Amino acid sequence: MLEKYAEVAGHDVVEHLRQLAEPLKGLRLVHINSTKSGGGVAEILYKMVPLMRELGIDAQWEIITGEPLFYECTKGFHNAIQGNPVNLTDSQLRSYEQTNRDYAQTGEAILRDADVVIIHDPQPAALISSFQERKGKWVWRCHIDASRPFRPIWRYLRDFVSQYDASVFSIAPFSQRLPHPVYLIAPSIDPLHEKNIDLPIEEIEGIYSRFDIDPERPMILQVSRFDRFKDPVGVIHTYRLVKRFIPHVQLVLAGGGASDDPEGEAVLQEVRTSASEDPDIHILLLPGDAHRTINVLQRASDIVLQKSLREGFGLTVTEAMWKNKPVIGGDTGGIRLQVVNHHTGFLANTPEGAALRTRYLLSNPEIMEEMGNKAKAFVRENFLVTRHLREYLTLVYALLNENQERIQLGG
Amino acid sequence: MEGNTMPLYIKDCTLIAMATGKRAQNLRELREYLRTISTNSIYYHFWGGLLRPRFDDPEYHNDFAIWSAHSIYNKPLAERLAVVDPVAFSSMEALRTEILGLIEESLDETEYPVWAKRDDQFEFIQHQIVVFDTGRWVDRPEQLTEILPELSRGSIFFHFIDARRRNENGLDDFQNWLGHFGPPFQGMCQAISSIDPYFSNLHKIRDALITAVQTHQSQGAIE
Repeated sequence: MLEKYAEVAGHDVVEHLRQLAEPLKGLRLVHINSTKSGGGVAEILYKMVPLMRELGIDAQWEIITGEPLFYECTKGFHNAIQGNPVNLTDSQLRSYEQTNRDYAQTGEAILRDADVVIIHDPQPAALISSFQERKGKWVWRCHIDASRPFRPIWRYLRDFVSQYDASVFSIAPFSQRLPHPVYLIAPSIDPLHEKNIDLPIEEIEGIYSRFDIDPERPMILQVSRFDRFKDPVGVIHTYRLVKRFIPHVQLVLAGGGASDDPEGEAVLQEVRTSASEDPDIHILLLPGDAHRTINVLQRASDIVLQKSLREGFGLTVTEAMWKNKPVIGGDTGGIRLQVVNHHTGFLANTPEGAALRTRYLLSNPEIMEEMGNKAKAFVRENFLVTRHLREYLTLVYALLNENQERIQLGG
Repeated sequence: MEGNTMPLYIKDCTLIAMATGKRAQNLRELREYLRTISTNSIYYHFWGGLLRPRFDDPEYHNDFAIWSAHSIYNKPLAERLAVVDPVAFSSMEALRTEILGLIEESLDETEYPVWAKRDDQFEFIQHQIVVFDTGRWVDRPEQLTEILPELSRGSIFFHFIDARRRNENGLDDFQNWLGHFGPPFQGMCQAISSIDPYFSNLHKIRDALITAVQTHQSQGAIE
């Protein structure tokens, strides 16, 4: 598998991984999160764990599960870390702590002897309290934007998190001050995932008839859940402003189903109302595993929008850039790290700003192509899973070697 | 001397970023944190950009200047900070003193501090450096022309930027190594010493190194 990554990311990148892993061979490392499928964390671990194993690390992936009360509580934590005021009942918190204690007993043999334990997000964060005499180093990896957490809940979680040997946040503004080393490790995309692999041209062309899109006319795309923070109505406003000048433009809004999310359903309704009967706006409700369809849509589009008002890292931006597309993104969160004005796309604060940039790019195809190529190179250098893995290995090495400032590997 | 010269072993490197938990929303806060922040962090904000996901800013070349210009809209300070050449300072402490002086000066000129947006605060970051072996080396200066075009950004950073804080004499690895080959390569050393690493990126530094080596090599052949 590593050889396949070398072909995409570069042989020197894989050689770095081998050098970093050499002193870590045989190390027992355990990842714990709360699901094996669905969501970005599972997607990353699905690839990260086999890669670690191929590098000689004895990596395992365990999941913590609980009763509905436990999930109510951890869903509340998730929202609270993102800044929403949340009231959690004593029984919910008791269920959270008890589930962690129960899992600590089940997984005791694995966890007590592990050299490194990486706990993902708040669901298993309280496990550490059951391992006061642990042998290994424990790391808390927060995948959530914790820049402005709801303080009462954060104070509760902080008591657990402070016990770890290190923590990891995606970007500096998402981090919190903690009494141990706090690493900054951006997420990544897997270039060999169905969502990102190269596709035959016939498959890309097939999308036009499937969704009744005209291949001869420009197409702009936003891929995201129907969520107010993703501003799908603002995207339609952008499209209308563009259409005044470029009448043949088409818009595709592709997102997941919203059956279990009452607010998602409401937003979808607003989007449909806003789109009215415009035949050039295509609203696509896709199942969660429609990776290949998303891949095709991204490749078939001319420009990708991610006009979020608030965003975590924004991996849909990374995915689009990997497909040589310039991105017009909201000036927020991790989008700022990826979309660099005049290089890989444009940042916009309003539908007007996004529309202006869209018109500019559609009127300058050679600039669009140049930016798309730059975007792909930027992702290759900075946001592939190989870089992500290298930083995890560095973190592990540093923790086991007393956090030295300079880590010297090889000869 | 020349016969005993060690080969130049080519390394590669990367930086890993760590939060300090210190963030400033206005110039006064920046000054307060800057007084006590580690020199590791100051180094990162002057040089780390070369290895970070970013493109060149044609106007401002360090994080303090970029933040002053784009987040608190203090263009005069940004300009003064941008021309601070870290290479000209004998230590990171001396560099800290210089930046603090410029900030103090700007505060004296300011009626009230401008606040950055909440999402635009200056985040003090520190780093660890990871050094890799590439398994490659050169024995003779003439071989540099072959190997330089193939060096990664990380290798250029390690041998040309990081070397200045590793080597006691403050020189890069190329000059230090070439120094062992005596007068025929003095010109090459001088050409390399004239490359300004600060107003550039690692690709441009590599190109400048190639030019310096190639130019001198043809001169060396005449000598």
